[in-house]
Amino acid sequence: MAGLSTRHLLGIKDLTQADIELILQTADTFKAVLNRPIKKVPSLRDVTIANIFFENSTRTRLSFELAEKRLSADVVNFAASSSSVSKGETLIDTVNNILAMKVDMVVMRHPYAGAGIFLSKHVNAQIVNAGDGAHEHPTQALLDAYSIREKYGDVAGKKVVIVGDILHSRVALSNILCLKQLGAEVMVCGPTTLIPKYIGTLGVKVEHNLIKALNWCDVANMLRIQLERQDIKYFPSLREYTMLYGLNKQILDSLDKEIMVMHPGPINRGVEITSDVADSKQSVILDQVENGVAVRMAVLYLLAGQTV
Amino acid sequence: MLNLTLLDGQKFQITIQRLCRQLIENHNDFSNTVLIGIQPRGIFLAKRVAEELRKILPNDTILQGDLDITFYRDDFRRRENPLVPNQTRIDFIIEGKKVVMMDDVLWTGRTIRAAMDAMQAFGRPEKVELLTLVDRRYSRHIPVAADYVGIEVDSIASQRVVVSWKETDGEDKIELLSEVK
Repeated sequence: MAGLSTRHLLGIKDLTQADIELILQTADTFKAVLNRPIKKVPSLRDVTIANIFFENSTRTRLSFELAEKRLSADVVNFAASSSSVSKGETLIDTVNNILAMKVDMVVMRHPYAGAGIFLSKHVNAQIVNAGDGAHEHPTQALLDAYSIREKYGDVAGKKVVIVGDILHSRVALSNILCLKQLGAEVMVCGPTTLIPKYIGTLGVKVEHNLIKALNWCDVANMLRIQLERQDIKYFPSLREYTMLYGLNKQILDSLDKEIMVMHPGPINRGVEITSDVADSKQSVILDQVENGVAVRMAVLYLLAGQTV
Repeated sequence: MLNLTLLDGQKFQITIQRLCRQLIENHNDFSNTVLIGIQPRGIFLAKRVAEELRKILPNDTILQGDLDITFYRDDFRRRENPLVPNQTRIDFIIEGKKVVMMDDVLWTGRTIRAAMDAMQAFGRPEKVELLTLVDRRYSRHIPVAADYVGIEVDSIASQRVVVSWKETDGEDKIELLSEVK
C-alpha cells in the first residue's frame, strides 16, 4: 500500500483522492485508539514537533497538541505574540532557529496565505498547514469530511452547503476541494459580497437564498463571519446578516428532512447559528472536535511514516 | 521461486486440532482465558482455533479478538512503504485474564514484542502464552519462545514461510518459498 503522495500537508489541493481516503481510513483506527482505556500509542516517540501559531487558535492548537501527545511525539509550542517575532525576526529565521533544536515537523498557523508553501521551500522539515490566512485549512476539511462519512457512511453523492463568509474563509476553500475530491455535491450560500466572483470554476453551485439552499442539502456547514479579515463593510449590519443567513430552530424544523449541521468553530452564537441549533441533536459540532484529534493523528502519523 | 509444501490437507487440520487439545489440557473450560489473533495473518489462526474449540467444548464461551500492532512496531519510519493499520477488535476485558496470543508464523520475535506492548492498552493479563502454527527456529532477534507450536521449520533469512487459509485463499497450506538463483 502506497503512502501519502506528498511530504507536507500544505493544502487539500496537493492531495489525491487516494491520499484523502488513506487519511480517513487511518483516522478510523485512531478514533478506536482514542476510545480505549489507554489513549496513547508509541509510534512517534522519536519525532519532535513544533506548533508555531502566528494567529490565535483554541481548537486547532489544542487538537494538534493532543494528537501529537497521543502519538508520543515530543512537542514544543510557540506563540508569536510572546516571541522574538515581535522584535522583528523573520519567519525563516524563527523557524530555522526552532529547527536548529532538532525539530522534525512544524505545524504552522499564519495570517498570510501561502506561508506554509513559502516555508516548505526554505526549511528542511515537514510542514503541516494549520491554516494560512484566507487560503486553506486542510485538517479542518479532512475532519469535516470524516464527520460526514461517519454519519452517512460515505461522502460521495451527499449534498453539502457551505453558508456564510466564503470570501474570507480558508475552511470553505479546503472543504470545497476535499468534498469535490470525494464526490460530494457542493453549494455555497451567502450574500453576494461574500461569495468570490469565480467560485463557480471550482464546480460548486451558488445560492443566495438560505431556505432554498437548506432544502437542497443533506449537510449545512455554517461558517463564522470573519470580521478580523474584513477590510470593508460587506453587509449593512450583523443583525441583517443573521436575519437572512442565520440558522435557527424555526428554519430547521420547517424543513421536510433532517439535515446535519456543522460548524468549524468558534461559534458566534446568535449570529450564524442560534444556541438551540448548535446544541440540537442535528448538530455534530462537538463530534467534529472529537474527530479532529483522530484525523490530525492520522495526518501526523502518515507524514512521519515516510522514511527518515 | 521454489515452493515446498510443508503441511496441507488433513495433516494441517490434525495440527490445528492437536493445538486445541493442548490448550484444553492447560486451560480446562476457558472461563478465564481469551484468544487474541495478531493482525493481519494471525487472526485467521485464532478464528480457526476458536472455531475448533467451540466444536470440542460446545457449552463453553470462547472469547476471541483481533489485535493490531502497527503503532507499536519498531520499524516505523524505517521502511519504504508506510505501515497501514488494521482493525483491533477486542470487545472483552483482558485485565486478569489468561491470554493466548496467536500468530501464524513466529520468526524474529519482533511482532510478538510489539503485540505485548499493544496489549497493555487493554489491561494487565494474569498470564500471556504464545501459540504459533509455524516456528522458524534459530531466527530470533529477541528472546521470544512459543508455548504451543504447530510445526517447526529450519530456514534461512532469504526464504519465506507462507500460510494459506481455506477461508481466504481457498485451501489450508503451509509453504516454504525459496528464490531460485
